[in-house]
Amino acid sequence: MDVTTVMSSSPSTQEAARAKTPIPGPEVLVKWLRDMMLIREFEVRCMQAYQNKLAGGFLHVYNGQEAVAVGCIAALQSDDPVITAYRDHGHALARGMDPKIGMAELFGRIGGCAKGKGGSMHFFDVTNHMYGGHGIVGAQTPVGAGLAFATQYEDEVINKRPNSRVTLCFLGDGALNQGAFHEACNLAKVLNIPVIYVVENNQYAMGTAIDRCTSAADQLTKKALAYDMDAIEVDGMDVIKTYCDMKALVDDVRANPRPAFVDMKCYRYKGHSMSDPRKYRTHEEEQSYESQDPIDTLSKFMLKTGVLEEPAIKAMSKEVRTEIRAAVKWAEESPEPDISELYHDVYVEQWGPYTGTSFPQFMQDESKGGS
Amino acid sequence: MAERMIEFRDALREAMSEAMREDPKVFLIGEEVAEYNGAYKVSRGMLEEFGPRRIIDAPISETGFAGLGIGAAMMGLKPIVEFMSWSFSLVAADQILNNAPKMLYMSGGQLQCPIVFRGNDGAGGQLGSTHSWCVESLYANVPGLKMVIPSDPYDAKGLLAAAIADPDPVFCLESERMLSMTGDVPEASYTLPIGKAIIRRPGTDCTIVSFGRPVHFCMEAAEQLAKEGIDCEVIDGRSVKPLDIDTIAESVRKTNCCVVVDQSWSFASVGSEVAAEVHRICFDDLDNHVHRVHNDDVPAPYAHNLEAEMLPNARKICEAVRSVTYNA
Repeated sequence: MDVTTVMSSSPSTQEAARAKTPIPGPEVLVKWLRDMMLIREFEVRCMQAYQNKLAGGFLHVYNGQEAVAVGCIAALQSDDPVITAYRDHGHALARGMDPKIGMAELFGRIGGCAKGKGGSMHFFDVTNHMYGGHGIVGAQTPVGAGLAFATQYEDEVINKRPNSRVTLCFLGDGALNQGAFHEACNLAKVLNIPVIYVVENNQYAMGTAIDRCTSAADQLTKKALAYDMDAIEVDGMDVIKTYCDMKALVDDVRANPRPAFVDMKCYRYKGHSMSDPRKYRTHEEEQSYESQDPIDTLSKFMLKTGVLEEPAIKAMSKEVRTEIRAAVKWAEESPEPDISELYHDVYVEQWGPYTGTSFPQFMQDESKGGS
Repeated sequence: MAERMIEFRDALREAMSEAMREDPKVFLIGEEVAEYNGAYKVSRGMLEEFGPRRIIDAPISETGFAGLGIGAAMMGLKPIVEFMSWSFSLVAADQILNNAPKMLYMSGGQLQCPIVFRGNDGAGGQLGSTHSWCVESLYANVPGLKMVIPSDPYDAKGLLAAAIADPDPVFCLESERMLSMTGDVPEASYTLPIGKAIIRRPGTDCTIVSFGRPVHFCMEAAEQLAKEGIDCEVIDGRSVKPLDIDTIAESVRKTNCCVVVDQSWSFASVGSEVAAEVHRICFDDLDNHVHRVHNDDVPAPYAHNLEAEMLPNARKICEAVRSVTYNA
């Protein structure tokens, strides 16, 4: 498929490309619905836990954007790397992270994906090729180029075979204004690295509306022109459209390694973080997006096409609630990290050759006495 | 064994080339490293040997290529990222300080970051303030990274080879002013342990501790002081982090006096850290408080005479040693 021509953002060709990607069968649709429900429920429980002081730090929830993570990640192979910013729970769950270890991370427990050392903004799950969870806006974009560089290098330079993997690097629309992003795009294009920058355009950089802080806000794909990168706009409120558009692009980037840019149009229902009263936008605006809810949209499609009946959807929703409740319980029961964990994972060898300054005296004594 | 005299830059290149021959996961990226043969000719000929997929010319975009290296290291490659000057690393500070050294910890041990950042550190010679950074004190403050500062060609090869082999992020601070220095360097591969200092000159009256280029000023000062009857022991720390405080403390217990010479600025510095540790560990052994010689606490100037006065030099070191040993 010639995605290159699509990328000049001609809606009709993009439509044509999407049409060539078949809508997956019932089993896949059922999984997507479940995944989106799972993410929504996870976030609802996160907010509760946060209010109950079970979770600390900052909490940025993904409600409303579920179709983005689920649709995009469905377009990947299992070994394609994924990296994102701090609103990362959805991506981790869509990539296959067990909600238990996600919740435990949020609670700062040893059972968490990073043993309680990362927190909400730093979900890592290397087994599932999820490379974080990054807290500094835009900082993950050059790193995403590096992940893609490495997979391509491993294939083409070390193993002398064609490129086999594509990296998805997610960022928010606010990150478009960070220098790191522009350096990453230029570098990725110059080196033809197979990384797709998916801009989750939820229209607000924290509390600043996109047209107040970002040039070309009405057509973000223009940004990609500066880097001679292919770019598409995708409806991120509809998981089927998201998948079909992304699948075409991912497959093409895999076959013809190069960077690409996606303006993924979506909306976050909740505030930037838990302390955000959302005074910068109207209730009507929120309602207009909630009426296009990605979970409802897929449910309705499945009912209409006879993939699932109403009782089955209700049962699924109940099952998901049970699973997340169990995750909360598991996380609560997971112990806090032992104090010794504070000093682990600073260096690969716990002490490495490091017997000098900067470690507490008792730990130094232990390292000299032991092992 | 016959001597094999090569330049500091050749020694650095040998460490990189040997690692690249050994391990296809090692690659070099930086400004002008490939077709230009290196802004300072450190990577001369490497493009020819390893090709453009492994010797990669980066755009002038430190955040971009430092971040790219970090991502590649997270996937298990072993990148060497060359900064033409560590002064330019400041624009990549978020990547090299927030991402590389914290990836292992933040991921709960899931992701290593075996990357080397290397380049010229310190005043290059009338380059003015923005190009004359000594980053050791700034960066050594960050947990999770290691830092080596070679002071001669032999160390340059051995420490850089160790840095490339190391599973953690290592910052290798070289010096433009030393790149043409020659020294005896074995042809065979070798590594020097990171975190181990070396005694460059044994002595009994005063311990002088330094890192990198100022070690040579310490040696010069020690020769002068010997004529005055003050016998100095000069320790080349080789690594700032981990700091080999054991070797330093052992020496101070013998000499009872200590001068630290650090080419970065004095406030919250490598020098102040060494001094604090010596005071902590050798409190009862010291005849005087630790004296320190640093860059003067001013931005690096352009004028030749002003720059020379600002940097640590043998005269200042001699004065500090005389003072600390009550010979002033």
